[in-house]
Amino acid sequence: MSAVLRVEGVTYTYGGAAAPSLRDVSLRVAAGEFVVVAGLSASGKSTLLRAAAGLVPHFHGGTFAGRVVVGGLDTRDHGPSDMSAVAGTLFQDPETQIVLGTVRNELAFPLENRGAPPAAVARGVEEVALALGIEALLDRSTSELSGGELQRVALGAALAGRPRLVLLDEPTSQLDPVAGDELVWLLRRLNEEWGTAVVLAEHRLERCLAHADRVVVLEGGAVVCDAPPREFLSWAGERAPALQTPGARLFARAGLRPPPAGVKEARATLRAHGLLDEEAGPPAPTAVAAVERPSLSDRARARLRRGDLPPAALGCRGLWVEMPGGRAVLRAVDLRVEAGERVALMGRNGAGKSTLLRHLGGLRRPTRGRVEAAGRVALLLQNPNDYLLHERVADEAPAEALAAVGLAALGDRHPRDLSGGERQRLALAIVMGGDTPAAVCLDEPTRGMDRAAKGDLADRLRALAASGVAVLVATHDAEFAAAFAERVVLIADGRPIADGPIADVLTGGWYFATETARIVGALTPEEGAERIRRRLTMEVTP
Amino acid sequence: MRFRRRASPLHAARASAGGAYCTALAACALALQHPLLLGAVILAVTGAGIAAGARHELATAAKFSIPLALLVALVNPLVVRDGLTVFFRLGEIPPFGQVDLTVEALVYGVLLGARVVAVALCCALFVAAVDPDETLRLFRRVSFRSALTAALAVRLMPVLARDSRRMADAAACRPESGRGSAPGRVAVLRAVATSALDRAVDVAATLEVRGYGARTAVRAGAEPWSRHDVAFAASAVMLVALAIAAAVAGVGTFAAYPALRAPVGAGEAVLAVLIVLVALAPFADRRGIER
Repeated sequence: MSAVLRVEGVTYTYGGAAAPSLRDVSLRVAAGEFVVVAGLSASGKSTLLRAAAGLVPHFHGGTFAGRVVVGGLDTRDHGPSDMSAVAGTLFQDPETQIVLGTVRNELAFPLENRGAPPAAVARGVEEVALALGIEALLDRSTSELSGGELQRVALGAALAGRPRLVLLDEPTSQLDPVAGDELVWLLRRLNEEWGTAVVLAEHRLERCLAHADRVVVLEGGAVVCDAPPREFLSWAGERAPALQTPGARLFARAGLRPPPAGVKEARATLRAHGLLDEEAGPPAPTAVAAVERPSLSDRARARLRRGDLPPAALGCRGLWVEMPGGRAVLRAVDLRVEAGERVALMGRNGAGKSTLLRHLGGLRRPTRGRVEAAGRVALLLQNPNDYLLHERVADEAPAEALAAVGLAALGDRHPRDLSGGERQRLALAIVMGGDTPAAVCLDEPTRGMDRAAKGDLADRLRALAASGVAVLVATHDAEFAAAFAERVVLIADGRPIADGPIADVLTGGWYFATETARIVGALTPEEGAERIRRRLTMEVTP
Repeated sequence: MRFRRRASPLHAARASAGGAYCTALAACALALQHPLLLGAVILAVTGAGIAAGARHELATAAKFSIPLALLVALVNPLVVRDGLTVFFRLGEIPPFGQVDLTVEALVYGVLLGARVVAVALCCALFVAAVDPDETLRLFRRVSFRSALTAALAVRLMPVLARDSRRMADAAACRPESGRGSAPGRVAVLRAVATSALDRAVDVAATLEVRGYGARTAVRAGAEPWSRHDVAFAASAVMLVALAIAAAVAGVGTFAAYPALRAPVGAGEAVLAVLIVLVALAPFADRRGIER
């Protein structure tokens, strides 16, 4: 099969960088292949995609050796504008990928740039809009679109010229699970129906491995694994546990082989071994939603009945937030978080999670109701870069706060030279300040983080809670919630619809569930493996 | 302030016609000095803004331009020594020397301010009612580099506005005391400016991978001219023709110094009415415009 992308011995160093970001990388992607690029942060995934798009070295400069050929065009002779005819590119941030004012103009833009006649532009726009299901958005202003819609439109712009290859750099990192899954399914459709080759860099491998033909792993800028998904998972089990999916960890702990590339494959393997409890199924969501008073922990509810409830570390009563037009974003929310409690706040985009955190953090005043806190509330908003205002790390936060997040040694560095995970820790140190707050609220702290950085953050949050601080985290990431939280509040349409122990809430849904829960109905791979072992023992023992 | 598609004849017109219309109104504001004619231009722009549903955008432009106009009106009598009718003697004021405030300088200052307001209103009308995407396309055919800069700037503005709001929120989340405590506005502004460079690079990379630098000739659309296109283009031509005709015929002459001279005769009155009628006539045809 002919190669649509050929990377031959590429070594590349950004201008001013001490070490190369790509080291002797060689790779071939055949027409119609679906390739996932995996690796920890700063492993060279984005640089590889930018080299394939021609941005490296034409746009970024630096020192380049080797050869990249895309659809017959050599990037040494052709810049990114020429490459756009054969390769569509999609980056992480939907906001900076939309150039024009309406969706129709945005989709027409790449075709016009290639000098297509007006009739061909109009047809191209219609076809790509229908293919991606965004025809209803065509006449909408791009400034009115949600993150998921923006990313679909940006994908449409990348595909409008019918490229043979599409390059995607963590396109789901800014999206909620629903929008992220939809985007990956779209990629699969265009890969299967149009034969477009897909190269997708992604941290949340459980989302895309089931669709992939191959996985290429980068480490320190070099390719360390290039194999089909199952072989990759076996390799990751031995060499890179941080890249293992929860499903693969479940199988590894239960002693089952081969590791599954997705939920369907995992369930099929378990079914084949007679280890899947088909009758039981996951617990019904309603079983955890019916609480006599939503958003109070069991402990608090019992004390409330006795009438000796002390002030909460953080909470609110009858909180209403209405927008100027009258739309209610939060509706009579009652919430109580005890000192030392770890709570995950979950729900789809627009459910009211961020608004609730901003009101609990004192950043906004509610329309009605009351916010109660036993002391200062540290609020960490979504983008850690927004907190970086000074030239030195040491000027951003007190020394003790920097030490608490493990950044004491980096005091003289420029904040913007830190890695993504380090910036997140620095932002946490900034909002924590010198004194210990009563509560810490974090809004989507794991966006764009690799699994190792997420694990590190979960450890820090558990340690913080152990010191008596109430921790409330708004997140879409069920795996991260399972790693740090003890209680989940599921919010929809501005009010809590489920509130309970994490094992109950995150095993009872379709979207708000961990991968292990979707396979065996258990929250974590460890619990799932235990459940499988019990069934194995039951089968062996008559 | 940004373009929003609305149900109005000006929004229905192509960018070249709408742009020419706004430019012609601004040209009239700059070319005509007579207070009556300048008033007619301001009335015409305001009427056009209301008819185009851009009342809010024009009000915002007025809110920012009127203080500047007042400043011009107040400063002009202080720095201009011409004019015969002294209405107040301020005496010796360094570094201006002997300052005598004259009615002529004050009136001329007010007219200069009115002109500033008129041009600001025309710009607001353009921003609110002329499709920026189409305008960029027009520019690209004329000058690739200018259009690239304009595309970057147009796209960056809303991105930076959102960035600055988020950064201000993040700054408010800092503890009130100790190192790293609540920073001032300057620190936030500096951070926004720093991030602007990163954002500009991201947007420029997107333009590159969408083929913007390919320098392929962009083909002009072959869409037939609608009656709205024709009406606004004709209105623009007639407005410019009226301004030229007034200058050639000596109608609407105005002199501020040494003494005010602004004759108001039949010529000026007819010209003022014509300016308003010609500017608002294209809005009369609302057939086919959704309400």
